[in-house]
Amino acid sequence: MGGSWLRYSLIGLLVVAAILAPVGQGNYFTYVLTSWLIFSIAAMGLNLTLGYAGQISLAQASFMAIGAYTTALLTLAGWHWMLAMPVGLFLCFVVGLALGYPALRVKGHFLAFVTLAFNTLVFLVLRNEGWLTGGNYGLIGMPRPDFGLFSTMRQINFYYFTLAVTAVAALVMWGIVRSPWGRAFKALRENPIRAESLGVDTRRITLLAFAIGSAYGGLAGALVTPLVQFIEPGSFGLVHSLRILLMVVVGGAGFFFGPFVGAAVVILLPEFLRFTEGYYLIIYSALVIVMLAFVPNGLLGVGALLRDRLRPARQRADMVEGARLK
Amino acid sequence: MSQFMQVFLSGLATGSIYALVAIGFTLVWQAAQTVNFAQGEFVMVPAFFVLVGLHVLHLPLWMALAMAMVLSILVLGLLFKKLVVEPILPSGGISLIIATMALGILLKESVKEFYGAEAQPFPAIVPHDPINLFGAVVSMQDLMNLFLSLGIVVLLTLFLNRTRTGRCMQATAQNPAVAEILGVDVKRMILYAFLINAALAALASFLITPVYLAKFSNGETLGLIAFIAAIVGGFNQIRGALAGGLLIGVLDNLTATYVTAEYRAALPLVLLIAIILLRPQGLLGTSEGRTV
Amino acid sequence: MTPPVLSVRNISKRFGAITAVRDVSFDVHRSEILGLIGPNGSGKSTLFNCILGQLRPDGGHVEVNGRDVSGMRASQLNRLGVGRTFQQLSVFPKMSVLDNIILAGQEHHGTMASRLFGPPDAGLTEEADRLIGFFRLTHLRDTLAGSLSYGQQKLVDAAMAFMAGPGLVLLDEPAGGVNLTMLADLKDRLTTYNAEHGTTFVVIEHNMEFVMSLCTRIIVLAEGAVIAEGTPEEIRANQTVIDAYLGG
Repeated sequence: MGGSWLRYSLIGLLVVAAILAPVGQGNYFTYVLTSWLIFSIAAMGLNLTLGYAGQISLAQASFMAIGAYTTALLTLAGWHWMLAMPVGLFLCFVVGLALGYPALRVKGHFLAFVTLAFNTLVFLVLRNEGWLTGGNYGLIGMPRPDFGLFSTMRQINFYYFTLAVTAVAALVMWGIVRSPWGRAFKALRENPIRAESLGVDTRRITLLAFAIGSAYGGLAGALVTPLVQFIEPGSFGLVHSLRILLMVVVGGAGFFFGPFVGAAVVILLPEFLRFTEGYYLIIYSALVIVMLAFVPNGLLGVGALLRDRLRPARQRADMVEGARLK
Repeated sequence: MSQFMQVFLSGLATGSIYALVAIGFTLVWQAAQTVNFAQGEFVMVPAFFVLVGLHVLHLPLWMALAMAMVLSILVLGLLFKKLVVEPILPSGGISLIIATMALGILLKESVKEFYGAEAQPFPAIVPHDPINLFGAVVSMQDLMNLFLSLGIVVLLTLFLNRTRTGRCMQATAQNPAVAEILGVDVKRMILYAFLINAALAALASFLITPVYLAKFSNGETLGLIAFIAAIVGGFNQIRGALAGGLLIGVLDNLTATYVTAEYRAALPLVLLIAIILLRPQGLLGTSEGRTV
Repeated sequence: MTPPVLSVRNISKRFGAITAVRDVSFDVHRSEILGLIGPNGSGKSTLFNCILGQLRPDGGHVEVNGRDVSGMRASQLNRLGVGRTFQQLSVFPKMSVLDNIILAGQEHHGTMASRLFGPPDAGLTEEADRLIGFFRLTHLRDTLAGSLSYGQQKLVDAAMAFMAGPGLVLLDEPAGGVNLTMLADLKDRLTTYNAEHGTTFVVIEHNMEFVMSLCTRIIVLAEGAVIAEGTPEEIRANQTVIDAYLGG
């Protein structure tokens, strides 16, 4: 029981830190923090697909694009963000189902290739169909959501709004992972053959994990639109899908808070390491390779290793252990 | 009609180079369960080795090429296997895929930082005067590329089928456990697969870079095409990768000329998705078993 | 007349030039404990995998309670009331024993929606605890399954196979690698479960003593075909069987 108290107080501390972080800081700092939250949402979704269901998706950025552009077009047409966002979310979920259904019927890492192709296709459509998407010029001037007394125009207000959305998204994810679905996901990644023999429809839950993960990507995209108030296809290219994938891996795939840690490393670190400039990606990718060789479970995997050294595993395993990428 | 021949032959030429890349990709996948997402960058880097040889070390072209080939085999073959694949493969296929993705980024950014972000001209290995063939004007370069690539494929196939080492490599790909019992040095066969892949990538690099100019971002398109060619053709057959490469090359050219320029890149992607849905073993692949 | 719990009809399987299973047919009736034995290479495992749908037979079909199950996925078969154990790596190592067993039952309770919005244990803690108690693993309830001994894991594996209350359970070499004390335990648990619930078992085994003392009926395979069928006593005395094992 002591373990739970420690975890909850740690989480509480983090929440307090998240609330206090932007106070007194400049707009740019707040903007970066908001960006971190948004990418944490995208990474959370991918974590479900990769860390729990064991599938590589290289399309998370394209789902962000679908969410972003849908929200942009609707809010430009006068819809409130709270109504536009669910449309984008739903669209991403459906597209995720449509994409995953055939791709997951075959063995191997075919989903990786299909999502790779999909991401590039989405990029092409965004770039070429200017009548809808503004092509290379993108879309500008999307409004920040207004909640009557609370306007998100100010950067810090928008941060708190994003924080609230992130908290809800995290709670929903927690609910999913804690439920019997979560147990089935865990079984899927640890021993899919045994799971199948116990009645777990592995194809169906893999597909669901992928679709839900994609919906989270859409949510993240829906937040990008009002944050930057300007979107263009280049922001959602394959390289961004790779970045999100790296976030999940570095944080620790299959760990609940992995995405937050990973997103922090990818987004916040370069801000603090300005001096490395162009070398940043070189250092980063080299670190990822080294990390995968020695600590394939990511940063939180290191934490778990240390914890196991200090305390024997007498507690309940569910949700405390991460995945081994197989 | 003559324009069609032109476009077709040109497509075949480019496609044959794609085939080299796809074959190497398939080799490594079959022999070592390694899906190398850095394959595109493996084709981008050797060109820069040559440029360094030419402009920094002031070597004559043939020497720069030789040096680049040796370096490629060492770095993209031996070091790749020892430093990336061996430590990470035990953690599982997904870790390795992600590691190769990171490697691709590493190579790309390194070239960008240490050599330069602009496209660099690359010396043509073969002359590119136009010649007349079947009434169409074809570039000599295209023909030579086609000839060279197909020649390499033939040599490779002969090696794999007719030599003892080649057959050992095939055995390793099909069933490493049994191969080991039969006395095959499985580790060495796997190493050979990596070395051959590096050599193929380097050759492809030498042939294709004169056309595209050397740029750090070349890897993206080339890598994607390699995967698509390998999967479309048939993931478990060399001739599948060959067929896939040629097909993509021709279709790509035909699409760009006759259908659409904007969505040119879409065709291979749609083809990939279609094949995975409808015939995951690829056009020439077999649904069971693997061969090198 | 109720159809037999398991009906194997003319199953054949070839691998290239080798015929692994040759026109095998047999029925298994309710509450029987059937043993499938035979020397190495007799085709037991291949036959097993054909029954379970892991391999597609070249000929013949399999019926469970009169229903053709050829080509069914493992999860479908399981939902029809067929459970199985595995030879190796059969538990979920990073989940507790309790979670392993709850998982084994949760897919048979409620709907997908109830599994998402309902309680985390799908209401199965009590039932799981009962089964854990039956296998005398209560003291290991919250331990990670991966840290158990091999024999203990086999017990967990059996518990998982039984959790959904299947009518038929196929056991794949349950005695393999288990020490003598555990073996007696396992046999005792299996016999008791069979007596209490009337569940039908089909057991593949190499361990002769285990099979002879556990099973009510035995089928002997050699070179892919059935060479003998009968009670343990009959089989023990059967000359054809003795010859097959001694390599005649």
